[in-house]
Amino acid sequence: MIQIQTEETVTISVDGKSINVPKGLNVIEAMNSVGKEKEVPHYCYHPKLSIAGNCRMCLVEIGTPMRNRETGEAILDEEGAPKIGWIPKPVIGCSTIISEGMHVRTKSPTVLESRNGVTEFLLINHPLDCPICDQAGECRLQEFSAEHGRGYSRFIEDKNVKPKRTRLGPRVTLDDERCILCSRCIRFGQEIVKDDVLGFVDRGSYSTLTCFPGKELSNNYSLNTVDICPVGALTSTDFRFKMRVWFLKRTHSVCTESSVGSNTEIWSREGKIYRITPRRNDAVNDTWMTDSGRGLYKSIESEDRLKAYTMDGLTTDIDSAIQSARALIDLGGVGVLGSAFSSVEEQFLLKNIVDHTKAQFEMVQHLGDGDGLLVSEDRTPNLRGALVNELLNTLPTKCPNLLIKGIEDGVIKTLLVFNEDLSEIGVPLELLKKSVNIIYFGSLRNNTSDQAKIVFPTLSVFEKEGTFVNQNFILQKFNKAVPGPAGLVSDIEVLNRLLLGANDQPGFTHIADLWTKIAESNELLKGISWEKITSEGLMLKQEKFGALNFPETKNLKYKPVAELQAT
Amino acid sequence: MAKTKVMERKPLTFSEKTFIPQIASGLATTFGNMFKKTVTLQYPEERPVIPENYRGIPTLVKDPKGRVKCVSCQLCEFVCPPKAIRINPSEIDGEEDPERAHIEKEPATFDINMLRCIYCGLCQEVCPEEAIFLQDDFSLSGYTREEMVYGKDKLLELGGTLPDRHFKWDKKKLAEESNSGHH
Repeated sequence: MIQIQTEETVTISVDGKSINVPKGLNVIEAMNSVGKEKEVPHYCYHPKLSIAGNCRMCLVEIGTPMRNRETGEAILDEEGAPKIGWIPKPVIGCSTIISEGMHVRTKSPTVLESRNGVTEFLLINHPLDCPICDQAGECRLQEFSAEHGRGYSRFIEDKNVKPKRTRLGPRVTLDDERCILCSRCIRFGQEIVKDDVLGFVDRGSYSTLTCFPGKELSNNYSLNTVDICPVGALTSTDFRFKMRVWFLKRTHSVCTESSVGSNTEIWSREGKIYRITPRRNDAVNDTWMTDSGRGLYKSIESEDRLKAYTMDGLTTDIDSAIQSARALIDLGGVGVLGSAFSSVEEQFLLKNIVDHTKAQFEMVQHLGDGDGLLVSEDRTPNLRGALVNELLNTLPTKCPNLLIKGIEDGVIKTLLVFNEDLSEIGVPLELLKKSVNIIYFGSLRNNTSDQAKIVFPTLSVFEKEGTFVNQNFILQKFNKAVPGPAGLVSDIEVLNRLLLGANDQPGFTHIADLWTKIAESNELLKGISWEKITSEGLMLKQEKFGALNFPETKNLKYKPVAELQAT
Repeated sequence: MAKTKVMERKPLTFSEKTFIPQIASGLATTFGNMFKKTVTLQYPEERPVIPENYRGIPTLVKDPKGRVKCVSCQLCEFVCPPKAIRINPSEIDGEEDPERAHIEKEPATFDINMLRCIYCGLCQEVCPEEAIFLQDDFSLSGYTREEMVYGKDKLLELGGTLPDRHFKWDKKKLAEESNSGHH
């Protein structure tokens, strides 16, 4: 794994041109920092895995200025320039760390010939079934074959036959004929998940990727092997033969599985999501994400999806729903059960509603087991958003005791519930039936929505835009990938109209306008605008929350405060 | 404003006033054509000879062994300029159809909207499996728009069988069975 420790740079010469690159990079990464045109093709090298150096695709020519061995002086050529001692044979770029004064040739005849030769060897046993291969369109072998292949095969012998449809695990299918033996998946299992199930058996051209006897690739990170496979050997059983990747639109988003907030890319076509893959962010999730997080989009097509504004179980339009909700709220005695699944913007508007109505506010915590990697103990994406918005001062409990007491005492007459199912968090349903009007905001039908007087169906994270604050207080933006159910307006618009009154026009037309308001009123978010939130996210100041005992334990990018202080 | 020039019309001569020479010459043309070779066709009873490589409507073809050649790679859908093609890919169920399990992929649905098709032939050119051909059918009709969206069955029926030079999937199957290697 290549990690830069210092901010030092070294000067190297690439194809005769001097450039500055950070110290400690290998040739592949150094060339990536120069630009696309200098890209060194590679298969087995992956920035987050150890270096194996077995594909031989990244061969480059390397040279250093020659020095006189006795005096240590630079040897000059006839023109007075330092003479370069080129290594007589090409070397692999992935395990060559650059050094001061190094010369690299990436386009010389030797280099091109090496790449052409490697490509020809990789293709002799490759089945060339691109028309049915799911990797087509994002296949490194396909790309580099176009660049370095010869277009026809000189190989007149028979190609190897290997197993074509091996089930490696519940979510991964292997086509061994396509495998180029780069061993990325094996290293991923050993180094990142520490679940060593894959290995090569047999020798030479019979080498085959397989699971060890009695084991299967069933860990919660197995689909990452599909992402890092440079060819179509490892395929996702779920996405297999569903859609060609070139039709899919990519949208940057954030995973809502836990407070880690893995950066994701949503692949959709014509309003239908086909798959979710991780997006590289070295501060959050490197290049990985969980299998469970990839399946979350399926809930938006669920039968329980709420698709219409209802009042007392009857479909109504948004205007009358908002009017009735306003009337209930204006009567006073309001309780609000907020949600850590709401975005920062929604929580900001909710905070305003709570302040206006002097409502009693509470939230609940959703805890689960963490896996030490990319699933944290806090199974909500935006608990810290509520802290930043000052909705909360302390961490919430599992059960909304204050609200229950308020209802029992008859203080709370109207209860706004966001995303939570009251029966699951320990609020007895009988209590609700008696004395309280529920206004429910959520995207899926549950016991609470059945009990509710007014239901505002909300959009899922894939259908709206907004931001979450993750475990490290990184403000991360998610974008709208697909349209929501017909007739539903965005959640921030509903909340804003609730806040302003039913007949008023919304105070903003775009989320950016809302962000100017947020930045004005929140100390921590000062100076931030919607456009300024990059796809890498923005780190917020977290000193204020140092005393809180967050439930997260150590995971890939998180260290609890106690451990941070110890080190 | 442009000036208009009024043309002077010549008065008709006597023979022109009678119209007889004009009628006679017109009838001469009419009767003359009666004895010449016809240039028109009695369409639709008579059909024109379609030259080779004519680009009629796109159709799906089968190989001589009756196998549907399309593997739903969706390249035609991608390349189609008016976006007339719509494919829904699916996996071949190996247990249900062990004969074709090795091909793995087939179109579940394959629709071409013939109202959109511009007969450019790019789908035929791009097809890596030689499964789609613009053949000699050029006259389409229907009562509704939906009728003009031809489905997989109709396209296969129109396409019929074309000779195959490769039988690549058969070779692959043979190699898989004998475990000896293939080409």
